[in-house]
Amino acid sequence: MKMTKAKRNKLIYNIVTFALVIGAFLILQSMIANKTITRSLKGQLVPICCWIVMAVSLNLVIGISGELSLGHAGFMSVGAYTGAVVSGLLINVYDIQDATLRLVVAIVAGGLLSGIVGALIGIPVLRLRGDYLAIVTLAFGEIIRNLVNVLYIGTGDGRLYASFLNKKLPEGVTMLVDGAKGAVKIKPISTFTAGFILVLITLVVVLNLVNSRAGRAIKACRDNRIAAESMGVNVTKYKMMAFVTAAVLAGMAGALYGLNSSTVVPTQFTFNQSINVLVFVVLGGLGNVLGSVISATLLTILPEMLRAFADYRMLVYAVVLILVMIFTNNPTILSFMKRLIAPFKRKDVTGGDAQ
Amino acid sequence: MKKLVALMMAIAMLLSVASAVAEEAITLKIAHIGPTTGAAALYGLATLHGAEVAVEEVNAAGGKYKIELINEDDEHNVEKVINAYNAALDAGAQMILGSTTSKPCEAAGAQGYVDRVFFLTPSASSTAVIEDKDNVFQICFTDPNQGKASAQYIAEHKLGTKVAVIYNNADVYSTGIRDTFVEEGKALGLEIVSETTFTDETTDFTVQVADAQNAGAEIVFLPIYYTPASLILKTAADKAFKPIFFGVDGMDGILSVEGFDTSLAEGVMLLTPFVATSTDEKVVNFVTKYQAAYNEIPIQFAADAYDGIYILIAAAEKAGITSDMSAEEACDLLIAAIQEITVDGITGSMTWDASGAVTKTPMAATIVNGEYVFE
Repeated sequence: MKMTKAKRNKLIYNIVTFALVIGAFLILQSMIANKTITRSLKGQLVPICCWIVMAVSLNLVIGISGELSLGHAGFMSVGAYTGAVVSGLLINVYDIQDATLRLVVAIVAGGLLSGIVGALIGIPVLRLRGDYLAIVTLAFGEIIRNLVNVLYIGTGDGRLYASFLNKKLPEGVTMLVDGAKGAVKIKPISTFTAGFILVLITLVVVLNLVNSRAGRAIKACRDNRIAAESMGVNVTKYKMMAFVTAAVLAGMAGALYGLNSSTVVPTQFTFNQSINVLVFVVLGGLGNVLGSVISATLLTILPEMLRAFADYRMLVYAVVLILVMIFTNNPTILSFMKRLIAPFKRKDVTGGDAQ
Repeated sequence: MKKLVALMMAIAMLLSVASAVAEEAITLKIAHIGPTTGAAALYGLATLHGAEVAVEEVNAAGGKYKIELINEDDEHNVEKVINAYNAALDAGAQMILGSTTSKPCEAAGAQGYVDRVFFLTPSASSTAVIEDKDNVFQICFTDPNQGKASAQYIAEHKLGTKVAVIYNNADVYSTGIRDTFVEEGKALGLEIVSETTFTDETTDFTVQVADAQNAGAEIVFLPIYYTPASLILKTAADKAFKPIFFGVDGMDGILSVEGFDTSLAEGVMLLTPFVATSTDEKVVNFVTKYQAAYNEIPIQFAADAYDGIYILIAAAEKAGITSDMSAEEACDLLIAAIQEITVDGITGSMTWDASGAVTKTPMAATIVNGEYVFE
């Protein structure tokens, strides 16, 4: 079958993306098996998977569909809280001891609820033009944080109790969500393998969506809304598709993240956290999925690698961020890099032509 | 003669070898975990500095134990504290002095419970820190105990019956104390006439203070940190509202707020186990050294961490911890040992039970002429 050059490039890009992720997983798994991995790195594996999913899904909204979302951490917190409650419910009320089953159900539930919330926000806002989505998602992130601050959920005598604003749960109830104290007494069940599978699912979903008919429609709306509309593309529908998919994925990442720790607090999902994910996306390159994967990984590990700098750690981190931004955008450096890899590239091209 | 000299030399050498063996100190690797950067850095730095003063003392004294202090920053973040904890163990920590703040300590302590690592926290005061874990012990009171002790103190000393509470409902520490204060207060016949809340971002307290004033409160209970408390005192002074303000350990430090007129704090009462102006010999020694090293007056967090180092040494001595023990090996020995010791520190005389909570006597101080005075 003959392939166009663009198609072949896309295929190569996808293969490289999957190969990198699967390769990294295999290397890390063998390191865990050999016990050559440091505690520090091992402890970060699940959070890294969560941040990769967060970055890739936000990239779908920002890079692919061209809308600015500033409340991605809000979706993550919806997923984290849902995951914690569902997992607690399954073990306390239905007495399901199988951790994998609980994890899967919790992640699916987290994704679903987050997706519903995403749809509720998207329906009115994505019909509008301009930067409304940025403003609304910004508000959404803050609203969610304040709502869970006064949310009380617990289980007792085979029932789920919930209370809002005031802790009016009966005596003897096992608290799952305790207002400002956050989700408490979570039994950590997230595993690196589960995180890896979630990353794979995310990549399959996002890369397939981007390279599908719907994906081309989404990109058309981003590049020129009027032209897309005149071609008969339903702009709201395709923007919704991207936004809700991203919300579902963020919810799933949130559930995995919440179930990785014994406790989750509302202050973990502030505006700053949304911006943090935005930084991953921007540094990885807008619309570049592989870039998001790499930047989310590196920027999560980097502050830990810089622990040797002690008090100057975050200062160095900021400097590194600025340097990366300068280096990836400086035309002189870019052309120098191009010249560096040019000899290898030419060989590749001629090799390709000969086939 | 020659033989005698040789014999003496031999004896001398033998003695010096023997003394060298006896003097070879056991090195304890203690990791301090706390927020040394970020919004809660004030508290993390206080515990770190407090611990550093103690470590310097111990190492300079050249006793049986030498201490290698490892410091890891947790940014007051539940995710990062696990990284800090893992990095500390990678660096060879045998026991952990931390984490400074409640939520991170809860998360790291739970991980430590699975991995078997001993935690002694200077200042993480919520009950969730020690609940369901046998490996975490506290130096400070738990929040409910502070709320309870405050209500009992107010009732016993008949300071008044109409109480207003202003608390931070986005803060675990504040809500924890408030919950038990209200519960215990009602049982003791205190009437809660006004209850208002604020969050971390609040800078204007007119509404809260006016509510307390209109309700005719005789006592305003402030289970909060000193920065918002200073604003509340200022607002109350502007409104000519003069009840008794009653705070807890978070109020400690109010006299050092920059730009705050300390005369506004006259008559404020607070429960605290440590006051920097005390004339107690041990406290004076600590405060002098701390001031010399860091050029500031230590707050209670620093004092807790200072005691923490000595508690860890006392527990390690009782448990017979050696330099080459891993954190896992040391954990159960330390858990058993800390329940058998009594430590007389600068924050009081302390004992522990299996729950992990400390037993020590709370003390109420009143601010008179810009200084704490104990009843």
